[in-house]
Amino acid sequence: MSTKKSLVVIGNGMVGQHFLASLVASQVKDSYHITTFCEEPRTAYDRVHLSAFFSGKTAADLALADDGFFTDNGITLHLGDKAASIDRNSKTVTSAKGVTIAYDTLVLATGSYPFVPPVPGHDRPNCLVYRTIEDLEAIASAAKTSKVGVVVGGGLLGLEAAKALTDLGLETHVVEFAPRLMAVQLDEAGGAMLRRKVEALGLQVHTGKNTTLITDGGQCVNKMCFADGEELETDIVLFSAGIRPRDDIARACGLDVGSRGGIVIDNQCKTSDPAIYAIGECALWNGMIYGLVAPGYTMARTVVADLAGSYASFTGADMSTKLKLMGVDVASIGDAHAKSQGSLVYTYQNGASEIYKRLVVSQDKKQLLGAVLVGEVSGYGTLLQYCLNGIELPENPDSLILPPRSDESVGLGPDALPLTAQICSCYDVTKGAICQAIEAGCSSISALKAETKACTGCGGCGALLKSVLDCELTKRGIEVNTDICEHFPYTRQDLYNLVVVEQIKTFDDLLDKHGKGRGCDICKPAIGSILASYWNEYVLAKEHLGLQDTNDTFLANMQKDGTYSVVPRITGGEINPDMLIALGQVGKKYKLYTKITGGQRVDLFGARVDQLPHIWKELIDAGFESGHAYGKSLRTVKSCVGSTWCRYGIDDSVGLAIELENRYKGLRSPHKLKFAVSGCTRECAEAQGKDVGVIATESGWNLYVCGNGGMKPRHADLFATGLDKATLIRYIDRFLIFYVRTAARLQRTSVWMENMEGGLDYLKAVVIDDKLGLCGQLEQQMQHVINTYQCEWKSTIEDENKLKRFRHFINSDQPDDNVVFVEERGQIRPADEEERKHFKIMEVA
Amino acid sequence: MSWQDVCSVDDLQPDSGVCALVGGQQVALFFMIKDQAVYAVHNYDPIGKANVLSRGMIGDIKGEPVVASPLYKQHFSLRTGVCLEDEQVVVPVYPARIHNGRLEMQVAEPTLIKGSRQEEASV
Repeated sequence: MSTKKSLVVIGNGMVGQHFLASLVASQVKDSYHITTFCEEPRTAYDRVHLSAFFSGKTAADLALADDGFFTDNGITLHLGDKAASIDRNSKTVTSAKGVTIAYDTLVLATGSYPFVPPVPGHDRPNCLVYRTIEDLEAIASAAKTSKVGVVVGGGLLGLEAAKALTDLGLETHVVEFAPRLMAVQLDEAGGAMLRRKVEALGLQVHTGKNTTLITDGGQCVNKMCFADGEELETDIVLFSAGIRPRDDIARACGLDVGSRGGIVIDNQCKTSDPAIYAIGECALWNGMIYGLVAPGYTMARTVVADLAGSYASFTGADMSTKLKLMGVDVASIGDAHAKSQGSLVYTYQNGASEIYKRLVVSQDKKQLLGAVLVGEVSGYGTLLQYCLNGIELPENPDSLILPPRSDESVGLGPDALPLTAQICSCYDVTKGAICQAIEAGCSSISALKAETKACTGCGGCGALLKSVLDCELTKRGIEVNTDICEHFPYTRQDLYNLVVVEQIKTFDDLLDKHGKGRGCDICKPAIGSILASYWNEYVLAKEHLGLQDTNDTFLANMQKDGTYSVVPRITGGEINPDMLIALGQVGKKYKLYTKITGGQRVDLFGARVDQLPHIWKELIDAGFESGHAYGKSLRTVKSCVGSTWCRYGIDDSVGLAIELENRYKGLRSPHKLKFAVSGCTRECAEAQGKDVGVIATESGWNLYVCGNGGMKPRHADLFATGLDKATLIRYIDRFLIFYVRTAARLQRTSVWMENMEGGLDYLKAVVIDDKLGLCGQLEQQMQHVINTYQCEWKSTIEDENKLKRFRHFINSDQPDDNVVFVEERGQIRPADEEERKHFKIMEVA
Repeated sequence: MSWQDVCSVDDLQPDSGVCALVGGQQVALFFMIKDQAVYAVHNYDPIGKANVLSRGMIGDIKGEPVVASPLYKQHFSLRTGVCLEDEQVVVPVYPARIHNGRLEMQVAEPTLIKGSRQEEASV
């Protein structure tokens, strides 16, 4: 018999979802049957990054919950069904589709709706709002037949919406009632600076405008009339004039609501009915509606803590923000308008560089109360820490916004931060939590990210996190030794540069000049790989042979019993029947265990060293070549069937996969590389789980980078969109060689990128914008690798001398008698220890 | 103990290993070309439980010549056979030398560190 109580959550937006995720991560979940109503046709998605929808992200990319989240956690989800009414007497919720659920505890996370000013004509065609994915689809569809778009509202969301219209190719205007842009966050001078900057980017700004009528246009669909008599013709009118809490369901059942809307809550987020909580933008705390996601998350966690019986309270939230609006950096902290009594203001304005900074400090000049930054926001992290933690300001507070005139650093050292200082605001990670993780052994940014989740949201705290890490490691006396091993006091990247600069061609030469001892199984393969990446000579040449791991030495993959597996290349996973038959015949002749790999190839197991050349002779005669499954190099380019056969295919994914695989095959790299190409956004090739993933769209190829499966799967990042094939290949060339040049030993692209200062943006700057002026070199080097490709197996079987190695004994033709197979499911497998003993006894008898 | 002729120096792989069958035993032979040094250890990897040590990479750890198992990467001293990661594990080692362009070794009694646990090597 179940004694569980019923918990119902109305609304599955960002805050509702955060509540569910926090709830199922806590002990409380075992006490409740959880039900949630979601009005939209899809579960929660990232509304903060909604405009990414126009730059190639799909609804699935923006989704917040994993596929299995609801079923795995036993949450009953009513999707596309709006909760219509609450009966507080019977404690039930009834939905629009007629479902009635009894609750013990009810959480309202109904969110907000966009405010549309009651201007006559506001419901005319092409008058739209910007809130949901459906809204965005409507905007995109209207934009197809439009030239001009107007955003009503020059706040945060308004400018975000304006970016979306600009991205859609429209002539874009912003109409704002207040006398400046971002009136809530910025002072007049900051707003003016922002205006100059966005105007320079092509946006037309109209402030102090009161719209009185929207009516038929002459050249455009609509015409807006303003109180000052001016008019503006536009095809699209996009309202982004603020939000209003969705409190109708609470109002209807008699809960207390504010005079201007919002469900009244106390510090535990309880409404006037103790069985009902409200969180997020629908909730009114202390007369405030919080229109940011972070305070909503805090409310969600408060409710989970309250349900768990532990003391927690919501006592307001910091509304500081830092963001990029249309490419312009803007930040606002605390009391930006200097409304606090007796506050003093410092201002720095640089008209030439279009930078504006303002500090608001307490009367005694000891505390930072607020700040505004436009055009240059690198000091945001430091200023926020001063403000939130009440750290005493330096003697001359203006030094914090003045450009440094000497080498002196005015930044706040991480050591000055208290342990309670919040480093990551997205996941509420304090300096204390980071120190704890470092204490427990995390010594890299990627380890800290994995352990604490810090810097995995917006990424804005990256530089601060790094400085805390460096400072703490130094304090603990941990010298971060980046030497590759005891033989070379260098990193892999250093060694790579030495090879290039001094044109070194052999390990012995490098060891003589820069190392000591005889080398080891760490530095040898790493340097072997560097030499192969740069010079691309035959890896089994006399001077390179000793550098190769056993897999490279025998050009096959060693298995647990000392036998090898063989994987010929099947480009793009495409194989004709004759080739397939040839593979089968080889497998049958040599009695090999045969299995299909995850990379769309065939793996043949159980080959003895002496059989390898014979097997490969037959494979090469049948038209196969080495698959490099043994090397740290490009493995496969997986593909879906693409537009050639598939009803949904947009482009020829198989053709591109084959072209890419043939282009990059044989490239030695710091770790293995896996690619995939999907012919449409259904993504059957799983390209977003690969080092390099390509997806066809109507407007060209989208390129994803730095994903992987394995022990720690990582979703790839969208790198560039709408590319033609030539550009796509150029970007991949540069990306790969930059990785080969700069990654650490056995570092996959994901970790490489995560540890790179500047991360994805920096990588884009290098590969797309050629920030380092390297792209020519990178492409040239790739071309060299392509020009010097050889099938290593073909070279090997043509060389009598090399074949001498492929014997178990140098002085006998006997095979290794320790290799014993038994049969299972009609194929061979290595005998286990028991079976082996039995076999030996039988043999002796 | 007498030296037994095994093979020509030309049969060895410079800075790498090969396997020879000597007196019914599988012996891994390593040739460090710079020092003109040869080492002979049993080919059986007692941790990976397969005859593979001759296919491991060689080098030195703090001056000690070692082979790294190609299976799980433990290092074995080429002079004593002791596993650097677990001193309880030892592989048999044999005296070896280059004499008149030939590799010679003594095979009858493999040198063993006293008191250590010895995995039973397979022939």
